[in-house]
Amino acid sequence: MSILLEIKNVWKQYGDAVVLEQLSKCVSAGEFVTIVGASGCGKTTFLNMLLGTESYSKGKILLDGKPLPSEPSQDRGVVFQRYSAFPHLTVLRNTMLGAELSASPFLGIVFNRRKFSAIREKAEKMLESVGLSHALNSYPHELSGGMQQRLSIAQALMKQPRMLLLDEPFGALDPGTRSDMHKLILALWKETGITIFMVTHDIEEGFYLGTRLWVFDKVRFDPHNAEAYGAQITYDIDVDQSAKRRLKKELELELEKSEQAFGASE
Amino acid sequence: MKRLMNRRPNRASKIFLGLLPFIIILLVYASASSQRLAENADDKLLPSFSSMADAINRMAFQEDKRTGQYLFWTDTWSSLKRLLTAVFFAAVIALSLGILLGVIPYLHANFSPLITVISLIPPMAILPILFIVFGLGELSKVVLIGIGITPFITRDLLARVLEIPQEQLIKAQTLGANTWLVITRIVFPQVCPRLIDALRLSLGAAWLFLIASEAIAADGGLGYRIFLVRRYLAMDVIIPYVVWVTFLAFMTDYLLRKFSKFAFPWYYQASNKA
Repeated sequence: MSILLEIKNVWKQYGDAVVLEQLSKCVSAGEFVTIVGASGCGKTTFLNMLLGTESYSKGKILLDGKPLPSEPSQDRGVVFQRYSAFPHLTVLRNTMLGAELSASPFLGIVFNRRKFSAIREKAEKMLESVGLSHALNSYPHELSGGMQQRLSIAQALMKQPRMLLLDEPFGALDPGTRSDMHKLILALWKETGITIFMVTHDIEEGFYLGTRLWVFDKVRFDPHNAEAYGAQITYDIDVDQSAKRRLKKELELELEKSEQAFGASE
Repeated sequence: MKRLMNRRPNRASKIFLGLLPFIIILLVYASASSQRLAENADDKLLPSFSSMADAINRMAFQEDKRTGQYLFWTDTWSSLKRLLTAVFFAAVIALSLGILLGVIPYLHANFSPLITVISLIPPMAILPILFIVFGLGELSKVVLIGIGITPFITRDLLARVLEIPQEQLIKAQTLGANTWLVITRIVFPQVCPRLIDALRLSLGAAWLFLIASEAIAADGGLGYRIFLVRRYLAMDVIIPYVVWVTFLAFMTDYLLRKFSKFAFPWYYQASNKA
């Protein structure tokens, strides 16, 4: 498989406080990377660095061999925990937006009827595959949390990005909805072959969804200065069934400890 | 018995309760007026309803002997023209400034302190400057209203733009939007209903500045007429004019609200605004 993303010795510092250190990884196209770690360990900061909304202090991130643009771009789709859909557009128009923006650089609205219906058709197909065909003309506020996330995923996939970044996308959903969403995202991932990075605080979810699980944690501690060292990727697990069983228990214990350590340093 | 705070009127009693104060005011006025007129038939302070009707009839439906105009309607027209021109320009300027400053951090750093300071200038205090610079004609009145309400609307819209969650702006960029497209497809449509909210709130101030500028220098307009006939203690003209101004203000507010609900249904449903 070809290498999609290269992370070369990346550091993130705020002044003297080190948040992330010595991150070096390669990710191939088509992988599903789940990222877990204690709260405050910098996993969302890391995702934002991939997204381009957060800069890094040292190192390099290469996407397809080229430096990653330092602002959000069409290469990278994103789904946040909340607020990803546009409240003033219907479900259909929300989904069409990406295609409309690239078809019409002047106003971002497509007036040409043929082009419009082509985009519309594509959006309807995409909405069908996320299970929102029945809600084309609803506004986002009329949708449940799970449906809003479906919409947000559909919006992002319309652009066929190189990678999809998910920031605790199912964190606010109830358990039943969440497991439906798990099935959906796995189905879409298999169908499109897209590379996914997903931050979660739920290890179980990380193991279930990912082909690769990264654990962010601090390796080095300075008892006099909690901020002297940052978190690293302490585990990079190729997830298969045996690994799941063997490691899950261990990791849960470790994370609990780390959670306490971060709690103590705050 | 439920607590007072938990007891709610039904629809019919709501309407009745709403109308009641108006009816009481009318009755109190009518009795006070007839009492005063019984003592002195020439009393000018509280004219009877019939003399007010005469005054309206004279002003609205008979040509003025000197100018040949129907004064009530020409006054209304020149006042509304000034008000609507000013409100229109205020809306356009405030919308552009609010969006640009809200979306582009460099412009925000550059101009937001200036706009804060300008919004603190009492507009009436610079009315003389406007008269000196723009003359006593229409322009200075329109500019006064504009200066009075534009900074307020601008600051309000700026705050509304900054309220749009970052997530949406980032999402739009990942969907291929540049700064301009974020403005046209995300920010502008979301700010439109808020512009109407801000306009409704500033209409009261707009009328205030209109009447004030007409009182000082004008040759027509509702405010001009009210202050002109004050010299003759013509309460029979002043009171209907004030009621008419109030009605116009109410109607503009009502129409703006109706339009906003019709044009931006998502805004009202999502926020449960009345």
